[in-house]
Amino acid sequence: MHVPDGFFDATTSIGTGVASAGAIAVGLRRSADELSDRLAPMAGLVAAFIFALQLLNFPVASGTSGHLLGGALAAVLVGPWVGLVCVSIVLLVQALVFADGGLTAYGLNVILVAIVPAFVGYGVYRLVRALLPANRRAVVAGSAVGAFVSVPVAAAVFAVLFAVGGSIDLEFSSVLTAMVGTHLLIGIGEAAITAAIVSAVVTTRPDLVHGARDLAVDLELRTGTGATVLEAS
Amino acid sequence: MKTNVRYFVVAGILLAAALAIFVSPFASSSPDGLERVAADEGFDGAADDSAVSDSPLADYGVEGIDDDRIATATAGVVGILATFGLGIGIFGLLRVMRPEPTSEAPADPATSGA
Repeated sequence: MHVPDGFFDATTSIGTGVASAGAIAVGLRRSADELSDRLAPMAGLVAAFIFALQLLNFPVASGTSGHLLGGALAAVLVGPWVGLVCVSIVLLVQALVFADGGLTAYGLNVILVAIVPAFVGYGVYRLVRALLPANRRAVVAGSAVGAFVSVPVAAAVFAVLFAVGGSIDLEFSSVLTAMVGTHLLIGIGEAAITAAIVSAVVTTRPDLVHGARDLAVDLELRTGTGATVLEAS
Repeated sequence: MKTNVRYFVVAGILLAAALAIFVSPFASSSPDGLERVAADEGFDGAADDSAVSDSPLADYGVEGIDDDRIATATAGVVGILATFGLGIGIFGLLRVMRPEPTSEAPADPATSGA
């Protein structure tokens, strides 16, 4: 879902550009606060890995493909604010080097691929975690559901923005139905890929999963402070 | 202590590169969801070429490499390194710019205005 140049009028392109710049600025500030020296390379890896995953278009129904957006994955792995910066970096490289996504559409793409999936995905993730027992299986389940929901929501946001500032006047309900319908299918792929990655990381290095910090803390306490705490827990 | 993030990050980058080299040449080339909807709804014609559409790596090809699979794999590896480099650079810069964490007696905020 990379918007090319020309889909949106100048006002919408500038408005979304300003909004995205503001969100990225907050994201950078939050990253400076949240990212320890230890975890800074992890954020770089998340950006690079999402770039790789976005190369892998998988087929969905009838001559259509989809690829990972990655916002939900990034949000679970490094938190929504650092995550939105990671995906914005991916979008910047794609737009500048690979001509994938328009330059004037950068703000739109940051909203649709980074901000909305990161925060919708993370919100749904927290909701699922609150409903399930605190274990690694719930981390994977929450990631999958969050990733699934994030894609059609981003598609719906596209339809709303297109109704407001699209360069062609089309019936809103028609664009909305087509976008959400197609992206429900892509959301299944998003959920499967996100669950696979989160499952692999939370199994090998739960301490590197932002969304599983509540689980990793227990482990660190036991190993770090010795037998008394181990008995107490 | 299970603090070694570096090995994990290196392994992750190698896995990403392996995906770009061995899997991405076989990715679906069908239009993606947005492209498909744009065609069906009739707004695909509104798309303009990107200002960088003559980039040597435009559309994940590589100027001068005719074999599509090799070009796609090469473009993917370049993109992974560029993304990782930019990410490390940005997040590393934030680290340098971050004020030293102080456990007590923080300096008077410059914005106090009192």
